[in-house]
Amino acid sequence: MALVSVPSLMQDLTAGQDQVNIEGETIREIILNFDKVFPGVKDRLCDGDRIKPFIAVYIGSELSQAGMRELVSPDSEIHFVPAISGG
Amino acid sequence: MPEDKEFKVIGTRPIRHDGIDKVTGRAAYGADIHFPDMLHGKVLRSPYAHARIKSIDISKASSHPAVKCIITSDDLPLVEDTITELGETVINLKYLSDNILASDKALYKGHPVAAVAATDPYAAEEAINMIEVDYEILEPVLDVRQAMEPDAPVLHESLKTESMGKGEDQSQNVASHSQRKHGDLEAGFAAADIIVERDFSTATIHQGYIETHNATAQYNEDGELTVWCSTQGAFGVRDQLSKILKMPVSKIKVVPMEIGGGFGGKVQVYIKPIAALLAMKTRKPVKMTMTRTEVFEGTGPAPGSYIRVKLGADKTGKITAAEAHLIFEAGAYPGSAVGAGSLCIFAPYKIDNLQIDGYDVVLNKPKSSAYRAPGAPNACFASECVIDEICQKLDMDPIEFRLINGAKEGDRRCDGPIYPKIGYLETVEAAQQHGHYAESIDKTPNGKLRGRGVASGFWMNGGGRSSVTINVNADGRINLIEGSTDIGGTRASIAMQAAEVLGLSSEDIMPAVVDTDSVGYTGVTGGSRTTFATGIAAINAAENIRAQMIGVVANHWELKPSDVKFKDGTFLAQKNGEELQMTFKEVAAVAGGPLVGSVTASPGGAGNGFATHIVDLEVDSETGKVDILRYTAIQDVGRAIHPSYAEGQVEGGVAQGVGWALSEGYLYNDEGHMTNASFLDYRMPTSYDLPSIETVLVEVPNPGHPYGVRGAGEVPLVPPLAAIANAVSRAIGVRMTELPMSPDRVLEAMGSI
Amino acid sequence: MSKKTHVQTEINGEGIEFLCEPRQSLLEVLRDELHLTGAKEGCNNGNCGACTVLMGDRIVNSCIVLGVEAEGEKIETIEGIATSEGLHPIQQKFLEHAALQCGICTPGFIVSSKALLEQNPTPSEEDVRFWLAGNLCRCTGYHKIVEAVMDAAKALNTEVADNA
Repeated sequence: MALVSVPSLMQDLTAGQDQVNIEGETIREIILNFDKVFPGVKDRLCDGDRIKPFIAVYIGSELSQAGMRELVSPDSEIHFVPAISGG
Repeated sequence: MPEDKEFKVIGTRPIRHDGIDKVTGRAAYGADIHFPDMLHGKVLRSPYAHARIKSIDISKASSHPAVKCIITSDDLPLVEDTITELGETVINLKYLSDNILASDKALYKGHPVAAVAATDPYAAEEAINMIEVDYEILEPVLDVRQAMEPDAPVLHESLKTESMGKGEDQSQNVASHSQRKHGDLEAGFAAADIIVERDFSTATIHQGYIETHNATAQYNEDGELTVWCSTQGAFGVRDQLSKILKMPVSKIKVVPMEIGGGFGGKVQVYIKPIAALLAMKTRKPVKMTMTRTEVFEGTGPAPGSYIRVKLGADKTGKITAAEAHLIFEAGAYPGSAVGAGSLCIFAPYKIDNLQIDGYDVVLNKPKSSAYRAPGAPNACFASECVIDEICQKLDMDPIEFRLINGAKEGDRRCDGPIYPKIGYLETVEAAQQHGHYAESIDKTPNGKLRGRGVASGFWMNGGGRSSVTINVNADGRINLIEGSTDIGGTRASIAMQAAEVLGLSSEDIMPAVVDTDSVGYTGVTGGSRTTFATGIAAINAAENIRAQMIGVVANHWELKPSDVKFKDGTFLAQKNGEELQMTFKEVAAVAGGPLVGSVTASPGGAGNGFATHIVDLEVDSETGKVDILRYTAIQDVGRAIHPSYAEGQVEGGVAQGVGWALSEGYLYNDEGHMTNASFLDYRMPTSYDLPSIETVLVEVPNPGHPYGVRGAGEVPLVPPLAAIANAVSRAIGVRMTELPMSPDRVLEAMGSI
Repeated sequence: MSKKTHVQTEINGEGIEFLCEPRQSLLEVLRDELHLTGAKEGCNNGNCGACTVLMGDRIVNSCIVLGVEAEGEKIETIEGIATSEGLHPIQQKFLEHAALQCGICTPGFIVSSKALLEQNPTPSEEDVRFWLAGNLCRCTGYHKIVEAVMDAAKALNTEVADNA
């Protein structure tokens, strides 16, 4: 199971839990399964079937570029962080 | 491993390919465009910082004999109030469009309200003054803390605070609240032997590129729009024009002219859609250039900010907890660099317990835009000053403190992800060993006060999409076609990477930056991405060419491609005991036609950038003026492709940092009018204000790039603010917390006024 | 539009005649009427030096000189610095020292530096920094520009010595 780090501003949905183990082979599956355990998570992270534009996804130390399709392995560590842009 | 490689071209200092055009005045910049039948466009701007536009009467202006066309926001297509992806960024279309020409409200002095095209620029100027606008003047809000008050004037009725997907009901001027948190803050502070907490503020400042914005547009009868302009990214301009004008991207060609500086400020479009609209309506080429005052009043400044930092450390100097609140000026529309500032603020350190809250706040100033490591200089100014104060209180060497707390590969970043291979500690060690740090300073020569400051900085660096096409000519020289605007020598740094792959010299490559019809999608020259990402595209294209040439050679020698080796620009094989060899040029000649390799790449693994700076300075206790005496900037660049231009990035960043620290800042009166909108009064450093800047390039190769490149352009602007503030504070014995540290502020801090 | 004035002048060694409005600056005349676009506009009020040209033996910001003031003058612009022999040593040293990044201020710096070295062939670093304080560069931090000018002085002095 992948380890999902829960953003502090979403911990109201997880009763303060800051990390959860979630099954899934893609970010889409992770979010859907995460939402089953803690309803409301998907609405915070997604607009329909895509990650909200101001949220970035890190798998380990790499910024994901594939959105919901990004592949996840069982030992992945997943972070949903505020997106930022450079100059 | 990359570090074992011996390089032939990388690390050398050839003359840049576009150099002769730029020292002879021949290089064509946006404002150098001229068409015999062109019209000239001018913008009417709001004289008020906050006003409702009740009506616009263009009848008098229309009667001016030289006027061909007048437009207002009514002439822009209606766009939705929705957030959409735009190239590599995201934007609310309504805000984007309203910033081009204000619809219901003018939100800053200088906000465009209408535009005119006329047969000469003087007539256009006369005509805009004949446009009559009826305004209802509203109270402006010019300070982020005031803008957050519940009774503050509201800029956007529909704005709701965005908070990690959760709508929050705060003040209507707070566009977003973000948070990064881990560990146990309370326990961390409880474990501290010393805690320092301070408030900091930084002024609104400008990128200060010397070339003002410009655009020339032409619209053909077949519906094709061409825009010649100064931009950091032609494809980004195309995307924005497409959204604002509701035109398909394939109908728009953007021609990036040479660009006279950008630093993040030439990503967002301002007059380009206006020139396009005027050209579409008049069917004539329309040229527009901004004045310097328009640039200050109407284009993206870097956000002013308020930052509170609280840091705890134990007696050994180990950080136990860190907390920060960052409030950034978004300007008239949401989208400041507070997110990046929040990510960067404690980034050089391994901190187990921390919380960082960032607020993006709208107010009646121009929409803020990126400026070199957007948000990080403000943020690190605050954190690095608090660290310096802790060092003073612990009586600890600031370099030693950084060696104890510095982050390395495997440590956790403030927002969770793990650091890959980074070179922060290497920059600190290089600072410690540098002659500058070893030499002590005389603290009070001739009644003046001297101080030394140290600070570090971080920038994440970017990747993203870049495209390159390589054509091999029959004479063996190659054309390298790219979409990355060359702001500071990237034609050279990209060409050299292709040359290295192909065993050629830098001079054998002829790089060309072309328009959006002539190369694949390429992201902006920004985010410290160009030498990294376009470099990888060039390497991949060169490898493709090398494989094709091996095929040509194999065919020529009647061997299999796997029998042919390539070394130092020569193709080698053995056949029937005989050693065969051909040079690159010989193969190009026998290829029997052009070889073409086209690649688009979107690499991750940009590799983070870190820097540590040391500065010595002198404060005149009578005037409060600060003179920089010696400056040493140490930076991990992964691998310097062309060391002179890598050093140039560092030296330029330091100079901008000196300006930010000591002399630059927007001054506003109570009505929200900028009172120093010229280069005379907005004081950027001159050659006489600066000493020589010594640059030390540390090379900890980035595993995400074949040659180890890390972006180098932005992180040099991160440490100077704090390094200089720390030096001034140590010189005068008072902690400086407001930028710029102008003479009056220094004297005030010393109790002299 | 006001009546145009006839102006006779010399630019980069060539006799030139042009018509301009009295309100047009020398920079506007150079760029818009004569299409000599090497001098750049950065501020249009004499603060940045990107439009620097030589007028007689003075360096001027051409944005705050009127076109009509060129009457009877000798003007030298960036386009006149290189000769049929090749680049001027200052131009060559700017390239060798990587003393330019975006290049927009470069024509102004080269014209100013040429005037400096004609008046003071052996400037100190302090002299160079003081002289060039009227030219703003936002990219380089001036370090490599100052190095290039010092090195150009050396090269010019060697040239003079070789010719003696």
